[in-house]
Amino acid sequence: MPLFLIPRDDIQVIDDSSSSDEPEIPTMEQQMNNLSVQDEPVASPVSEPRKQKKKKVLLMGKSGSGKSSMRSIIFSNYVAKDTRRLGATIDVDLSHVKFLGNLTLNLWDCGGQDAFMENYLSQQRQHVFSNVGVLIYVFDIESRDFDRDLLTYRSIITALSQFSPGASVYILIHKMDLVVPNQREDIYNDRVALIQSKSDSFNATPFATSIWDQSLYKAWAEIIHDLVPNLDQIEKDLGNLGKIIMAEEILLFERSSFLVVSSWASDIGKLNPTTDRFERLSNIIKNFKQTTSRYTGTPKSAEQFNLLELKLQTFSLFIQKFTTNTYLAVVLPPGETTFNCAQLNCALARSQFEDLDSPPKRSADRGATASGEASAV
Amino acid sequence: MENRAIAQKKDAATAPAPAPGPAAKGKPRLLLMGQRRSGKSSISSVVFHKMPPNETLFLESTARVQKDSMHSFMDFQVWDFPGQLDFLDPTFDLDAIFGEIGALIWVIDAQDEYLEAVNRLNSTILNLQPNYPNVNVEVFIHKVDGLSDDYKLDIQRDIMQRIQDELSDNGIENAPINFHLTSIYNHSIFEAFSKVIQKLIPHLPTLEAMLNNLCRANGFEKAYLFDVLSKIYIATDSSPVDMPSYEICSDYIDVIVDISEIYGWARPQSYIEYLEGPPWNHKLEDQVACKDAESCIVLSDGRRPIMLREVNKYLALVMVGKEGSYSQMAMITENVGTIVGGLLKAFEITKARK
Ligand SMILES: Nc1nc2c(ncn2[C@@H]2O[C@H](COP(=O)(O)OP(=O)(O)OP(=O)(O)O)[C@@H](O)[C@H]2O)c(=O)[nH]1
Ligand SMILES: Nc1nc2c(ncn2[C@@H]2O[C@H](COP(=O)(O)OP(=O)(O)OP(=O)(O)O)[C@@H](O)[C@H]2O)c(=O)[nH]1
Ligand SMILES: [Mg+2]
Ligand SMILES: [Mg+2]
Repeated sequence: MPLFLIPRDDIQVIDDSSSSDEPEIPTMEQQMNNLSVQDEPVASPVSEPRKQKKKKVLLMGKSGSGKSSMRSIIFSNYVAKDTRRLGATIDVDLSHVKFLGNLTLNLWDCGGQDAFMENYLSQQRQHVFSNVGVLIYVFDIESRDFDRDLLTYRSIITALSQFSPGASVYILIHKMDLVVPNQREDIYNDRVALIQSKSDSFNATPFATSIWDQSLYKAWAEIIHDLVPNLDQIEKDLGNLGKIIMAEEILLFERSSFLVVSSWASDIGKLNPTTDRFERLSNIIKNFKQTTSRYTGTPKSAEQFNLLELKLQTFSLFIQKFTTNTYLAVVLPPGETTFNCAQLNCALARSQFEDLDSPPKRSADRGATASGEASAV
Repeated sequence: MENRAIAQKKDAATAPAPAPGPAAKGKPRLLLMGQRRSGKSSISSVVFHKMPPNETLFLESTARVQKDSMHSFMDFQVWDFPGQLDFLDPTFDLDAIFGEIGALIWVIDAQDEYLEAVNRLNSTILNLQPNYPNVNVEVFIHKVDGLSDDYKLDIQRDIMQRIQDELSDNGIENAPINFHLTSIYNHSIFEAFSKVIQKLIPHLPTLEAMLNNLCRANGFEKAYLFDVLSKIYIATDSSPVDMPSYEICSDYIDVIVDISEIYGWARPQSYIEYLEGPPWNHKLEDQVACKDAESCIVLSDGRRPIMLREVNKYLALVMVGKEGSYSQMAMITENVGTIVGGLLKAFEITKARK
């Protein structure tokens, strides 16, 4: 059962419905999942330790800064150019994104026009700013009035420290593609220094992002990485598997956003000079999914491929459907035998990971035995 | 293949401008001409230098002829002309420009007024006809992204009519002129170049016959022989080309080249020695099943495999398999290997004759 899904009402909000491929008619399976989401899990002794983890994520920033664009690319299979047809967000768009390891993100995409911002800070103050797990604040690099942006940010931070002092704060300096390449670093550093000085007691983590390259995936993968429960265990298990199959590197992708949620590299794998490889891979695969979806005529949110194999003289690699919610990428030294052994071992390891990744059990009677059945639900 | 991607990038970046005139003999030339801002430099950057389309917004107007030498399965040149240049001016040595020509590509901005562009094209053709009657004129009706299908066809009909009228008024019939609807924002520009370049390839029928055999023997729905760097296909089997299969095959090349770049770095010698030592005791090249890159992706829809096989430094075969044929992969891989041998021979013959 896929953990990741976008409720139908959410798709309608962000789509201008003139496009032919979306909103997608949910498959039977998706509809079933919708039902199961509304079903609040009944706590059982077994499922208790893995209780569903909900995180409220605020996505804020000036109108037009690109909040809905990035959300649609990461979570709704848009490509960059699709975002041109997004309208301004009215008030708050709420979406519930089920993610790896029982994590549900309650994503609040907060329309950034002045009237809305004032409203969040006054009438809706407590409603918006309490119980926040993460604030992602987007700054438009092209903004003509950065001082004003800073003032607004400042007010948001004040409200956040009042109601959710324990929240994590991420600042995205966005639309970096619009800056001439040789000036990017300087401008970015200047802005970040100023913003951080206005962040109160929060330790704001900065990213330079653009929807036109992989930088967006880097930011979101790191944000998500900080949120997923059980990751320590998953990482340890990946390492054990990696050593057995002689892998140079293993990556675990969330199956729908294709963000890298966990990874392991051998001592050799760590020497790879391409340091932005995770986000590049996310970007490559996500883009190719667009092509396969056009080719097969299946919706972009549907599963697009089961297996990718690549064998070269210098390395081999496969990416395969792994657990219900993940794909596994394995980088190996070249050689047919190594390759075949690794594939076999990964298939065997699947059930162990399925357990870590699976959603909380819905009823007490199945809770005790159902861990291996997740894929059959 | 990872080395290839890097080597080709270098080629493209550092290739010295070829000396004009006879030194460049034997290399067909593709001339890009048309009005200012019609998109000539964008086309050349996107197709031959892998520039992402949205970055062409930063391109500056071309001040003098940009000559690019492409070293690929065959060497050819791309000349990008400044829009304002009137090369029919008698001070230009027409023979130096049109002598070795492979094709004249005339770019027309379909989102702009195009009458002036069509008039200039007409006078160019009329000027060339007496001395160079066999020059292939390829008209790219360009920037058709954002135009409705009906409107595109209307424009194409109108432009064709205007050219035909002008030529027949001057007593010219059956001049070799072809029309393509193109945009750098989708695959149409690559498709158009594929058709232009195929006309320059010797032994095209031989290549096509081999690809037909390959498809028949293995039940492939489609097979393309690609130039990896530009993603132009230089031959395909004789079943009709459909955009979706071209698109997925060409995008798959991107996927493989990109992944190869990420993981194709040179491993330390000590690691390689370890991999070749006990218990394997074989050179790495003997541990792999195939000396060239091979790859395959199995689509969830119908478990249809798409396969890629490196042919040489420049070329790759990409094939769309039948639904459910992944289980016969081992045999298919063998068969593909045989065809690759044949293709390589065909290219050797081509070289020897030159
Ligand atoms: N050049 C560039 N444009 C971007 C980028 N991200 C978003 N945009 C464009 O910015 C415009 C506005 O984006 P939205 O995502 O609707 O902005 P928003 O922050 O949701 O705005 P509100 O909903 O009004 O708060 C769209 O046309 C996007 O295509 C980026 O990284 N680079
Ligand atoms: N919408 C759209 N714009 C395009 C396309 N191709 C090029 N452009 C844009 O057209 C503008 C001019 O492109 P150039 O490639 O510089 O034009 P040029 O023909 O080389 O111009 P000169 O060098 O002055 O002769 C750029 O802003 C490109 O982004 C296309 O297929 N669609
Ligand atoms: Mg919005
Ligand atoms: Mg130019």
